[in-house]
Amino acid sequence: MFGQLLSSLADGLLLGFVYGLAAMGLSLIWGVMTVINLAHGPVIALGMFTAYLLFTQAGVNPYLALLPVAVLGMALGLVIYGAAVHRVLNAPHLSTLLATFAVNMIIIGVGTAVFTTSPHNIDFSLGSFSLGPLTVPFTRVVAAFAALAATALLYLFLYFTRPGKAIRAVANNRMAAELMGISSTTMLALSFGLGTLLACLAGGLIATFFPFTILSGGPYELKSFVICVLGGLGNPLGALLGGLLLGGLEGLVPAFMPVSWVPVVEFGLFVLVLLLRPQGLLGAK
Amino acid sequence: MRRLLYLIGALAVAGLLAGAPASAATKNVVIGFTASQTGKLNVEAIRQINGLNLWIEQVNEAGGVKLPDGTVLKFQAKFYDDESKKERVQELYTKLINQDKADFLISPYSSGLADAAAVIAQQYNKILISAGAASDSTYKKGYTLIFQVYTPASRYLTGALDLLAKMDPAAKKLAVIHEKDKFSTDVVEALKKYAEGKGYQVALYEGYEPGTTDFAPFINKIPAGTDAILGGGHFADTSTFAKQLHEKGVKAKMVALLVAPPEPKFAELGEAAVGVIGPSQWEPLATTYNQETAQKLNLPFVGPSVAQFTQAYQTKYKEVPSYHSAGGYVAGLLLGEAIRQAGSTDTAKVKEALDKMDLLTFYGRIKFDTAKEHGLQIGHEMIYTQWQKDAQGKLVNQLVWPEAFKTADVQPYRVK
Amino acid sequence: MRPWARLGFWLPLGAVFVWGLVVLLLREDTLRETTFTLMMFVGMASSLNILLGYTGYVSFGHIVFFGLGGYFGFYLLSQQGLWLLPAAVGGGILSGVLAGLLGLAVLRLRGAYFALATIGINEAARAFVSNFGPFGGATGLFVNFQAYQAYGGAGPALWTTFMYLWLVTLAVLLVSALVQGSRFGLGLMAIREDEDAAMVMGVAAPRAKTIAFMLSAFFPGIIGTLYFFKNGNVEPGDAFQLHMSIEALVMIMLGGQGTVVGPALGAVVYQGLRGYLLTSPLFKSLHLAMAGLFLLLIVLFVPAGAVGWLRHRFPRLRKVLT
Repeated sequence: MFGQLLSSLADGLLLGFVYGLAAMGLSLIWGVMTVINLAHGPVIALGMFTAYLLFTQAGVNPYLALLPVAVLGMALGLVIYGAAVHRVLNAPHLSTLLATFAVNMIIIGVGTAVFTTSPHNIDFSLGSFSLGPLTVPFTRVVAAFAALAATALLYLFLYFTRPGKAIRAVANNRMAAELMGISSTTMLALSFGLGTLLACLAGGLIATFFPFTILSGGPYELKSFVICVLGGLGNPLGALLGGLLLGGLEGLVPAFMPVSWVPVVEFGLFVLVLLLRPQGLLGAK
Repeated sequence: MRRLLYLIGALAVAGLLAGAPASAATKNVVIGFTASQTGKLNVEAIRQINGLNLWIEQVNEAGGVKLPDGTVLKFQAKFYDDESKKERVQELYTKLINQDKADFLISPYSSGLADAAAVIAQQYNKILISAGAASDSTYKKGYTLIFQVYTPASRYLTGALDLLAKMDPAAKKLAVIHEKDKFSTDVVEALKKYAEGKGYQVALYEGYEPGTTDFAPFINKIPAGTDAILGGGHFADTSTFAKQLHEKGVKAKMVALLVAPPEPKFAELGEAAVGVIGPSQWEPLATTYNQETAQKLNLPFVGPSVAQFTQAYQTKYKEVPSYHSAGGYVAGLLLGEAIRQAGSTDTAKVKEALDKMDLLTFYGRIKFDTAKEHGLQIGHEMIYTQWQKDAQGKLVNQLVWPEAFKTADVQPYRVK
Repeated sequence: MRPWARLGFWLPLGAVFVWGLVVLLLREDTLRETTFTLMMFVGMASSLNILLGYTGYVSFGHIVFFGLGGYFGFYLLSQQGLWLLPAAVGGGILSGVLAGLLGLAVLRLRGAYFALATIGINEAARAFVSNFGPFGGATGLFVNFQAYQAYGGAGPALWTTFMYLWLVTLAVLLVSALVQGSRFGLGLMAIREDEDAAMVMGVAAPRAKTIAFMLSAFFPGIIGTLYFFKNGNVEPGDAFQLHMSIEALVMIMLGGQGTVVGPALGAVVYQGLRGYLLTSPLFKSLHLAMAGLFLLLIVLFVPAGAVGWLRHRFPRLRKVLT
């Protein structure tokens, strides 16, 4: 029983890092421009497919492939922002929700036509290591470290570079930032790009251990909502903690009830937190 | 050259004159269905359509089906994409029947969709051959015109237990982890009943949501000392499950999973595929379904041989057929045979022919229940495959059960 | 002026009335099926519009009421042997009550927070039903084919179901039009424009929002029961499809939110378009992408929807298109 709990918790937490990374992008975009990006899932899936294509067509190591995946993520974000988001940024919420959902439909539609919906698989393994009752594939450990590194880089970027500070300024007060000579459009586009970049990275990492289809981003998008709310919407660094919390929960709950009840607990908790502490468990009032 | 043309012309005129009465009696039979060309089930569904199209092409090339009154029937497919979703299935089937004047229907792929189509077929008094839908529950609803090609879900994994008993009579402890959809749940419910009847202990019985990718929570719950792990669902989730079982170093004498292992694509899992057993409706290696066996069983043999089918399919689609392809082909084959026997396309007469049908094809024996669960497949048997490494270390899918089909001895999944 | 004294009040009602009547008189099965799908979405979009269009709350959870209400109605019908009509109304009542209870809690949230909460509710409801024994768990519930005999056979049963759906759709449109023209509706629209200001002006916002939520949830419960009865079975995966919620939003957007005729028009156009794309050989593999592109263009360039655009462009039409 103890061994089972331990291995279950370890699995959950390791995955939690990647969940956190996936949610970070969503949270960042919300924090800067109060837009919920409903194309988040398909973007994650595109990250998976980029890594897949680089691996199968060019033989690129999936971890090296993360670099081009990140570049593509940024480019994708700039395109989505320019084509779908910018025009409706100041319109009611429904418009941005539907605009990003339209992008979701376009990506899924084209993706289905190109890749079909059959599962793809990066046949790449680093083996596993065993420690007492624990057996953990190395790919998951690497993914957790990569997620941690990405978070650290994001933190450094946001707090110690000029564009990072500008993004935070725009998030705080767009008008005031404009008056200080910051081009808010550039910063908004950049932060949207950063958000999709993080999503693509998460996708690239997930692809190293789970098979995927063009529809695979969906569950991570839903989990990202939960994580963002746990960690505080708009607080990208809180997302990592939210991810760990969710991962831990997914590790703990199955020890006490059938695994299929996990989503009931998860989304029930999600609604509860929204009601009682909408600023997030970790967010300051 | 010119003389040749004259000759051809003369022949053509003669042919027209001679053929005129015959060609007047050619009738087109429309086979209607929806197919999941897009959506989560499209891999399996497209194989099924390919199979059916191959049959249509072959039967028309061979001159169609001739009725006693001299009419020649040619077949033609009419279909729409259902996006693997139930919403549109009923609307599209109604359209197929009323607007496209479909004479006979084939089911969509998967039990949920087939169930929705069955209601419509029965309502409009049309025969529906269900291919790619194994759930038993459809046949408990009092339909009389729905005929199942697949071995029903309740018999998918019971054979694996018989195999386990033979592998290791001392095996006792089972873990069942299955997808929570109609088909897989039907499979494991029957499996659980069968296992408990045989004195097995079902130590873990859990279901996962369709679309699950992380199986660690389930694998962590598998108790120590489990002899066999059974379950799975459809292709995507089951192959992930198999991969993670391997990564987690799970030990068991047997791992038997649904749908994915018989697909040739499963080999992409590499090491993780080794030792995994899968129930299959049909396999290219199962050459026992031939004339000789038919004679022994005193049944008629209908249609191509296993080799002929496999080759024709490979030539046309450049891929190895899986059981989903064979299912689609046989759906057409049975329909054609029933029409031939009935000597008519009349629903009641064809239904009678199908009710009486008991024959052997390259795909196996076909016989339908005509009593309480009308239309349920009771003749066809499952075959169990296992991925093994050959002498060169290459992955091959061998047949391990039943004895009659065996191409290799079964090997334990991983004991140490 | 009483709302029913205006021509615009009768336009959508009359159109749907004639449409249904024509289908019933023609007795054409294909037409009935196509109309069934269309009317179902007219009902779904119009009922969501009561919350979204008038009150301004974006809900992704509209399908929960379709799913849970439909499940409950179907349960009454298949397990308790209730007749179709009372079972459907039972499903509707459950949805309404549920919305009342949920509304007391989640309607305190505003904007995107409310939208997120409804996504959570949808997922939680689906996971719950797939574990819930009385509703058949993951495999769901079904009716025996013989059950249709009680309605005079399968064919007549489908016509009966269609007739009920037609009546429900009319009822949705009637309620929608009545709300729009009433004092209560004006209160809702005040909430939509500025909730705090509305409260200052004396609108009892929490109560008004909850009532609007209940009204918008009642009808999907009925429609769900009718739809599942027609299908003959219900499974968790079919009952709680997040994308159906979103499609309802798209339809409202397409036709024009906050109008009576807009959502109905949007539903017909969207479903018609999708049906066309789906069955046309040219767009078959790209129909989802095409629909997405179409939606994006609307959101970007015609945010008020077709009806909103017409009203803006031709002020005279304002009397007719409400």
